[in-house]
Amino acid sequence: MASVIEMQGVVKRFGSTVALDGLDLEVEAGEVHSFLGPNGAGKTTTLRILLGLLSVDAGTTSLLGGDPWADAVDLHKKIAYVPGEVSLWPQLSGGEVIDLLGRLRGGLDAQRRDRYIEMFELDPRKKSRTYSKGNRQKVALISALASDVPLLLLDEPTAGLDPLMEARFRDCVHEFRGNGGTVLLSSHILSEAEALSDRVTIIRNGRAMESGTLAQLRHLARTKVTASVSSASIEFADIPGIHALSVDDHTVTCEVDEDGMAPLLARLSDAGVYSLTSAQPTLEEVFLRHYKSEDPAHV
Amino acid sequence: MSEGLAGTWPLVRLALRRDRFLLTAWILGFAVMAGVSASATVGLYPDEAQRVQAAELVNATSALVALYGPIYDPTSLGALSLFKLTAFGAAIVALLMVFVVVRHTRAEEESGRLELLGSVALGRVAPLAAALIVAFGGSLVLGLASAVALIAAGLAVQGSFAFGMGWAFTGIAFAALAGVCAQVTTGARAARGLALIAIAGSYGLRAVGDIASGGPNWLSWLSPIGWMQQVRAYAGDRWWVLLLPTAMAMVCVPLAVVLRNRRDLDAGLLQDRPGPAAGTIDSVFGLAWRLQRNVLLAWSLGFAAFGFLLGSISDSVTGFLDSPQAAEYLQKLGGAEALNDAFLAAEVSIAGVIVAGFGIEAATRMRSEESGGHTELLLSTPVSRARWASSHMLIALLGVAWIMAVTGLAIGLGATLATGDGGRITSMLAAAFARVPAAWVLTALVMLIFGWLPRAVAVIWGVFALAVVIGEFGPLWDAPQWLMDMSPFVHSPGLPSPDASFGAVLPLILVSVGLLTAGFVGWQRRDLHA
Repeated sequence: MASVIEMQGVVKRFGSTVALDGLDLEVEAGEVHSFLGPNGAGKTTTLRILLGLLSVDAGTTSLLGGDPWADAVDLHKKIAYVPGEVSLWPQLSGGEVIDLLGRLRGGLDAQRRDRYIEMFELDPRKKSRTYSKGNRQKVALISALASDVPLLLLDEPTAGLDPLMEARFRDCVHEFRGNGGTVLLSSHILSEAEALSDRVTIIRNGRAMESGTLAQLRHLARTKVTASVSSASIEFADIPGIHALSVDDHTVTCEVDEDGMAPLLARLSDAGVYSLTSAQPTLEEVFLRHYKSEDPAHV
Repeated sequence: MSEGLAGTWPLVRLALRRDRFLLTAWILGFAVMAGVSASATVGLYPDEAQRVQAAELVNATSALVALYGPIYDPTSLGALSLFKLTAFGAAIVALLMVFVVVRHTRAEEESGRLELLGSVALGRVAPLAAALIVAFGGSLVLGLASAVALIAAGLAVQGSFAFGMGWAFTGIAFAALAGVCAQVTTGARAARGLALIAIAGSYGLRAVGDIASGGPNWLSWLSPIGWMQQVRAYAGDRWWVLLLPTAMAMVCVPLAVVLRNRRDLDAGLLQDRPGPAAGTIDSVFGLAWRLQRNVLLAWSLGFAAFGFLLGSISDSVTGFLDSPQAAEYLQKLGGAEALNDAFLAAEVSIAGVIVAGFGIEAATRMRSEESGGHTELLLSTPVSRARWASSHMLIALLGVAWIMAVTGLAIGLGATLATGDGGRITSMLAAAFARVPAAWVLTALVMLIFGWLPRAVAVIWGVFALAVVIGEFGPLWDAPQWLMDMSPFVHSPGLPSPDASFGAVLPLILVSVGLLTAGFVGWQRRDLHA
């Protein structure tokens, strides 16, 4: 599939701070791509570069086949963006802002607009200054979803939404993708990324640490194994790829890499295993592994 | 009540920390301005006879009395030295204190920062109390510093304190009023707007009262700025008049507290009405217009009233010029000759300077839109940076021209009604337009700073203040010509004086275009800054 977004070795500095330090990112057409990282990892900076709001110090960026800085105006006809901190003009009503942004993007579908307003239970007549953070976010989301664009850029789009609205938001994203749209969303909420995305890029200190489908990422993480055995005299520690091993009388617990799984099962079998549980790593564990890599226990 | 005040002192310290440069600079600025004016006058009029002549000339000139107020004791050196700073200075002190109070109350609430603070142990009234303590304290320090500067310049000790306290209590009265305004509206901009209308109204009221010899003189007594004049510093030092602003503060403060206690966080007495469910704005220019139109309307109405008032009294300028000293003093006041035209020219010049403030305010809106995150949202749509910036600059630049046109028309209309000479309308319109290019230079300067050093945009207000001070007081202080030439306003053609020169019009416009172009280049190249 063709790439909608392609960033290679992108460097962005703010004075002496390095926000992006050689970032690589690839988003393919028709996918929902999650961009995961803790606060300050460079997620918002990346999105602002893609919008041509920030220039880059090094590296190449291509967006829908164009240069996000030089071709900003043309590219923005095909993009809708929802910032992480949505701030609206206090004296305008929600409906006015939705329509303004939609019109600037080249017009929005009135039917879809009304449907989304109803779906997100927004009162469009209220002045923006009276909206909560979640409601301000809804205004930007509704306007983005009702615009006829092939690419959505969403910066922590559910940060202010309640669980019910979050579920509706997920439905909307699925629907958008079902119609052939591409979504890049940044998040630090792993469950959201797990529920929504086809592929995930994990970013840390301005670098992409890992990128791939959820299945691929899970491969990179260790499986947690807990086994009850009848004989504990068998040696486990020399199995390649075994970590956090603890053996007491009849219980063996450990974490194991992909390569270590087969030898581990063979040894457990020798030890007379009579109960075995293995836990698939969650995205959370993949994530934590990357962020705790300085922690020796996890190396 | 004491519960409601919990946390006031930490807030006072926070406010003082945030405002330490701003307040210090303003207080020093006022003290220096007063001191320099006093010492300049001492040098200019060493003997009493000359002072009496100059003072009587001022008092006989309605236009000057309307603008600055009369001199209550012609023999008094202090009263003559400070006549330009009495009411005018008091209005600026009031302006400063309104900004301080709203900045620490409604603006904080609107930004959501108070919500953050409100969750810790903070009384409901604490932010209001803290803002008022800072503004009251700031007013008193400002008054004392000015008094010291005046004494140092050689003026009478008692009068100097009366003058300083006059300024201080004007500041206190308007700070208390701003405290009420901050409870009434839900937006900081609207709260400041309300308080500014009160200041402008007070100024206008005393102008009408002051020139109404035999007429409604009592109008001046309804104006808090008029009270500053009625203290009559160096001309009787009527300390008891200070009871009036004190009483005003004693009414306003409890009122503000009651209003605050009766409302919710973020709510105001004037509730927001629901807006339309669907919008009609379809361009960034439309948005900029929507954001600025009320401000433009308020300025237009204010200058229409101001212009009409000045125009209708211009005719009563008497031919009082019978001594070279008086002529010289008049010249120092900014007029070339003691003709109506010269006074009208001075009035239009002042209008031009103030209207530049509108241009600056409208242009700096770009920066608050950017730092508020609005620009990011707009530029994520197919809107170019150039189009976005030009829509704001267009409103700023055309707004300046529009308000000047309104002013010129109003002065001309007032003068026509007073004299029956219909030619005044066109000549005053031309005079008003002649001041536009100078105001454009400062407006365009905002674009330059915004394009290259967006975080320094507020510096423009310092530049503006300097230009105003140089223009207003430079001649009085015998400032060197090169310093005077730095201000764009001194280059405006002196219409309606017949000997006005137009040589500077084209250069002023070219400078504006150059500043705009350079600013746009920077804006196209730079990153957006939150």
